[in-house]
Amino acid sequence: MRRIASTLAAVLAAALLVPSPGLAASVFRISNMTEPETLDPALASGVPEHRIISSLFEGLYANDPKDLSPVPGVALRHTLSKDGTVYTFTLNPQARWTNGRQVTADDFVYAWERVLNPKTGAKYAQQLYYVKNGEAYNRGTITDFGLVGVKALNQTTLQVTLERPTAYFLYLTTFYTLYPVPKEAVERHGADWTKPGRIVSNGPFRLVEWVPQQTLVLEKNPGYWDAGSVALDRVVFDPTTDVNTVVRQFQAGETDWVTSSANLPAALVAVWKDRPEYYAEPYLGTYYFRMNVTRPPLNDVRVRKALSMAIDREALTRSVTRAGEIASSAFVPRNMPNYSGVKGLDFDPAEAKRLLAEAGYPGGKGFPPVELMYNTNELHRIITQALQQMWKRHLGIEVTLTNVEWKVYLARMKALDYQIARAGWIGDYVDPNTFLDMWVTGGGNNQTGWANARYDALIRKAAETVDPEARMKTLREAETVLVREELPIAPVFTYVSKGLIRRSFDGFHPNILDQHPLKAIRPR
Amino acid sequence: MLRFVARRLAYALPVLFAVATITFFMMRVAPGGPFDAERRLPDAVERSLRARYQLDRPLLEQYARYMANVLRGDLGPSFRYPDRTVGELIALGLPVSLTLGLAALAVALAVGLPAGVAAAVRRNRAADHATMGLAMLGVSVPNFVLGPLLVIVFALWLGWLPVAGWGSWRHVVLPAVTLGLFYAAFIGRLTRAAMLEVIRHDFVRTARAKGAPERRVVWRHALRIALLPVVSFLGPAAARLLTGSVVVETIFSVPGVGRYFVTAALNRDYTMVLGTALVYSALLVAFNLLVDLAYGWLDPRIREGA
Repeated sequence: MRRIASTLAAVLAAALLVPSPGLAASVFRISNMTEPETLDPALASGVPEHRIISSLFEGLYANDPKDLSPVPGVALRHTLSKDGTVYTFTLNPQARWTNGRQVTADDFVYAWERVLNPKTGAKYAQQLYYVKNGEAYNRGTITDFGLVGVKALNQTTLQVTLERPTAYFLYLTTFYTLYPVPKEAVERHGADWTKPGRIVSNGPFRLVEWVPQQTLVLEKNPGYWDAGSVALDRVVFDPTTDVNTVVRQFQAGETDWVTSSANLPAALVAVWKDRPEYYAEPYLGTYYFRMNVTRPPLNDVRVRKALSMAIDREALTRSVTRAGEIASSAFVPRNMPNYSGVKGLDFDPAEAKRLLAEAGYPGGKGFPPVELMYNTNELHRIITQALQQMWKRHLGIEVTLTNVEWKVYLARMKALDYQIARAGWIGDYVDPNTFLDMWVTGGGNNQTGWANARYDALIRKAAETVDPEARMKTLREAETVLVREELPIAPVFTYVSKGLIRRSFDGFHPNILDQHPLKAIRPR
Repeated sequence: MLRFVARRLAYALPVLFAVATITFFMMRVAPGGPFDAERRLPDAVERSLRARYQLDRPLLEQYARYMANVLRGDLGPSFRYPDRTVGELIALGLPVSLTLGLAALAVALAVGLPAGVAAAVRRNRAADHATMGLAMLGVSVPNFVLGPLLVIVFALWLGWLPVAGWGSWRHVVLPAVTLGLFYAAFIGRLTRAAMLEVIRHDFVRTARAKGAPERRVVWRHALRIALLPVVSFLGPAAARLLTGSVVVETIFSVPGVGRYFVTAALNRDYTMVLGTALVYSALLVAFNLLVDLAYGWLDPRIREGA
């Protein structure tokens, strides 16, 4: 009897000692869908990396969890010169590295030099091409970094001079390429500096464990200047790649957030879409087809228009892709803030037929063989098959489908060795420019052979316009040329980011980039 | 015996050299490169990346450099994971794959051998048909079906084991069973066939005539010889098991080297492809050698000099 009583007492004591779930250390587990390639802000180039690095480090500005607008990070505030080219940032003297040292303006100068230094091999170096002479330094045409527009005026004042006014520059400072890095750790450990125990960071969380392909664990950084508003104690990033496995992990309670990188297929969307854990939001990305304008018959704009107008986008998203995609014949996603958007050439089979006849192929007669290339993937296969049928039905033409492996697809597109190719584009920042400046003559991501002097002039003009409304108007004009007049591309739909989030967490706000600052996530 | 091993190891070197050479040049012939991406890199950036990894040098010079580095045990940096070297990633992944492979091998033998023996002993009876029927099923069900089925039952319904991941013995069970059952089925069928043949031999009859208990006749005398075809199957099977299965590693998110082998080739991560190809080849060579040694131990007729 005494034994039972003492056992009971022990159990009770234990129950009191173990905090209730609400008070327990709060752990947030994220299905990041891949092993991060790197944690070095200068070398990273992907979205899964962004989820981790933006929690480990902090730039001049950070993102508001609701609409991603820039909110103070290391910088307390800034001033902008009248001509819109000189930013002067005042840094927060409370900002600290995890080794206790203050984050200074020199840390930014060091980090930006490192990104632009060709020896570093930073894939996203072009994010700093907006800074005066940034591109020249990266190309090696100048070697004196003193000529590049970034100066530490004193410990807490950073002055940045841009090539030209850039409306979205503050937004760019929230992106990892522009984060500060600690010179002492980078120089002491070389490529190993991002490992646990060596890494020195300045964000709301710090790295405690990283086993490749297995796990990556962050914990709250007590020395962070705004540690008081960080609610999570630990964050676990799971690199599991298989979407079916990840959804089963979610069901079993092994993960709390299935990120949009999972790209839930239609079959799983159908199962989850009515449950509270499911979320879907228009994404800053467009699914489209490139047309190689250097080869007949696609060198004829009437043929390109006919092909685009024979695509029934509504039917495609409704009965083929079926995961909530938004049919769109414009290239800039429809939900771009402050941009009213352009209407492209929508589905109009009669007009498409007429245009094709005008181009010399009435009813598709005499239309030369055309090949549509896509990279091997189930979704692309069903979409291209649908297009093949639509073109056959509405235009009477036969298009052959060719699927190739990813790297072959990229190499052929780069060499203009294709006729029509599927493609996708995700914006780098929340501004229409990231969708439109890529189509200028000779642009690295143009890859259609299309060149248009008027379009180039409009993009240049927009870049030099300071007034936000006038700039958006010019960009609209450019998009009109792109999707109504010239059509080197046929946009099809706006991507949707979709995922699963455990509703026992708060502070998770759907937005156009599906970015969810972990600083704001808290258990309910 | 030692001479035999030494000779076999000496043969292995040119094999590995050939594997490295052929892989090196085949990867370079494949279209596209490690730095091609949907978002094309500015020319300046691509140039500096190529220079950083010395891809801008003449191909033969790159080859010579690579081989010299490999001889020093340096498999180079990973293009995809710049924070790590190929050697580091393989060193982290290989023990995981070996653990999973050994566990799967244990499952395969623990299930396959007794099943095969039992079926042979009860030849053409219900137990035989049932066992071999199951074995047939085991060989035919692909592991991307079996794996998720096991997960649904043991992780989602019963909640006994985790869905995926790595870190404790509980994570090993489902992938090991998924991977092992296929081989168990194979081993079961091989064992049964071999046992049926051996049981008719004179030495088995002699053992029985001398009054040895049936259990001892089956497990000691007959099985030992019946194991020969199983062992020769085990060589390549073990190499495949120990280097992991890409599918099982993916379904269960096992951090082994199996996945690197495929993803590295798709990413044109040249150094990673070469590193994994070399490790796989070395394992295959090693297991074939082990099989030959096991043969000698099991069957005195093959022992050297006999």
